Amino acid sequence: MAENLLEVRDLVKHFPISQGGLLRRQVGAVHAIDGVSLEVRRGETLGIVGETGCGKSTTARVMMRLLDPTSGTITFEGEDVTTVKGARLKALRREMQMIFQDPYSSLNPRKSVGSIIAEPFAIHGLLGGKGERKAGVQELMDRVGLNPEHYNRYPHEFSGGQRQRIGVARAIALEPKLIVADEPVSALDVSIQAQVLNLLRGLQRDLGLTLVFIAHDLSVVRHMCERVAVMYLGSIVEMADSDTLYSKPRHPYTGALLSAVPVADAHAAAGKRRQVLQGDVPSPTNPPPACRFHTRCPKIQPVCREEAPALTPKDGGSLAACHFPLTDDEVATQVPGLASNGR
Amino acid sequence: MTPLLEVDDLRVEFATEDGVVHAVDGVSLAVEEGRTLGIVGESGSGKSVTGLSVMGLTRGRNATISGQARFDGMDLVGMADHELRSVRGNDVAMVFQDPLSSLHPYYTVGGQLVEAYRTHHPGAGRGESRDRAAEMLGLVGIPDAQDRLDSHPHEFSGGMRQRAMIAMALINEPRLLIADEPTTALDVTVQAQILELIQRLQSELGMAVIMITHDLGVVAELADDVAVMYAGRIVEHGPKTTIFDAPEHPYTWGLLGSIPRLTAPRDEELVPIPGRPPSLINRPSGCSFHPRCPYVRPAHTEVEPSLEPISADPAHRVACLLAEPARRKLWGQLRQGASPQDAREAVLGAEVPS
Repeated sequence: MAENLLEVRDLVKHFPISQGGLLRRQVGAVHAIDGVSLEVRRGETLGIVGETGCGKSTTARVMMRLLDPTSGTITFEGEDVTTVKGARLKALRREMQMIFQDPYSSLNPRKSVGSIIAEPFAIHGLLGGKGERKAGVQELMDRVGLNPEHYNRYPHEFSGGQRQRIGVARAIALEPKLIVADEPVSALDVSIQAQVLNLLRGLQRDLGLTLVFIAHDLSVVRHMCERVAVMYLGSIVEMADSDTLYSKPRHPYTGALLSAVPVADAHAAAGKRRQVLQGDVPSPTNPPPACRFHTRCPKIQPVCREEAPALTPKDGGSLAACHFPLTDDEVATQVPGLASNGR
Repeated sequence: MTPLLEVDDLRVEFATEDGVVHAVDGVSLAVEEGRTLGIVGESGSGKSVTGLSVMGLTRGRNATISGQARFDGMDLVGMADHELRSVRGNDVAMVFQDPLSSLHPYYTVGGQLVEAYRTHHPGAGRGESRDRAAEMLGLVGIPDAQDRLDSHPHEFSGGMRQRAMIAMALINEPRLLIADEPTTALDVTVQAQILELIQRLQSELGMAVIMITHDLGVVAELADDVAVMYAGRIVEHGPKTTIFDAPEHPYTWGLLGSIPRLTAPRDEELVPIPGRPPSLINRPSGCSFHPRCPYVRPAHTEVEPSLEPISADPAHRVACLLAEPARRKLWGQLRQGASPQDAREAVLGAEVPS
């Protein structure tokens, strides 16, 4: 059995921009992801972090075969699934499931919770008998911390946190090998967020799930994931195991992200010198040439405008795409709380 | 020093089809010049309605507002609409969460800034107002300010729109700025820019700031004092370091235990608060937090706690029915990593609350 459950290589997804009425012609493209390669190991939680528009959700959707890549390959359990169709695709969908961000719009308001959770069974023709299916659904509801007696209720009768539990129950119904959770807690209140995070961690432990966890909140990703990929403007700029990434970030963008996170600790906040990136993320329709971060990078050198850096191993253990990676001293001055915490 | 704004027993109720929503239920707070008060709470805790009501923005046919909000000797709650209009946007200004829906899409950013200035400076000429608008856009860090005056809001990115909102709020040099989740819709690097901007402008202009947020991190970085709200009331209030180092309310403990922190060990378990925030129409009897509180005693379902100063520190006020020594012991246990159940057994005894 391959160690990697899922592998993507040089994944590119461009969304065409068309103009004109009758004779539509393509005038450009949104470079949503450009050359993303990563692997998801069996049983791990891989985090993908980045800001709005960095391509993290598109990566997830392409990985799940919900969007077709412009180029690149997707390999699931050693099999190339980039272009599979029909029955094979349906079988693949059974193995990978998704949890969405918005628990309000991802549940059909006109269906009872019981039938929402039973839908995967119906699609794949499992648990045929009516009583059998109901028992299966109620067991799932119990497992995710919902009251099984609420089987006949409708989504609007549940709070945001409970709805997210419904989404989780639906995702684990078919015992998939891979679950991709796209910002599963960003719409929830702080106290509810912790409930859902603990639920996901518990399920992963009990069911041996492999989880891809996508979020913009760096603290949440650190808490949930063993390995983390940081994305900026459609590419991975740094990838490492969590302890390394959060104690010895190498890419200046990762450093800036970590420095920008407000920490709920009055003393750490008082001693911190926030490193503030200037400007905004450039438009993905016309990304900067060479290193895409060069327009905002505090360490820019002439070569950064000319040559795109490759994702290569850097001192400390990270893979980073940078010509001039951060040194330990720079990390210590920019993000002091982290360096001392590096274990 | 007398506070710049002193809110006293503010109550806001909304009559709805389902019943009366007690959005704010007896909130008292104060902010001094040059200081920042952070109001934290979850959705429905009444933190935004408190801010909006101080600005007179919750007045309406279905709203009942009582209490006082004394600003510089004037009561903003009791003030007539036309009088309030001369204060709002002038002495007291507000920044909202969503800059796209708070800016008018049809008018240019400059036009909206000029309007804000001329409303309170009726004698100002067009050219003077435009210069002032450009100066403000420059101050909040928008490049080519003079040219950007003629842009429409959709031509700005999220961070730039929020900067434009802040420029508009500050154009009349307010003495109090109320910021309602000003960075919630923004990415972390942009959030860092905006927080730094607010801090810098505050130190330059000496204004007081009320920062309303659900993010304890933002409060830790920006606030001098913190008020924690739950179900329309302040449950704990004190200096920032006290709230983070020696909190005394079980809800504050719960909030602090619910968030993963970059400075904590990575394998630290999160301790969520069970259940969910109560309905503001049928609030639980007694202490509003009792259905979710791990340390609840039978009496807590009947008696309402009031916000009382603790004996050791008059600046630290807590609305909790547990005895002070018990609270301190519980926090001591929790800080050493005990679960709420273990802490309860160790401090309050093994009896299981009914």
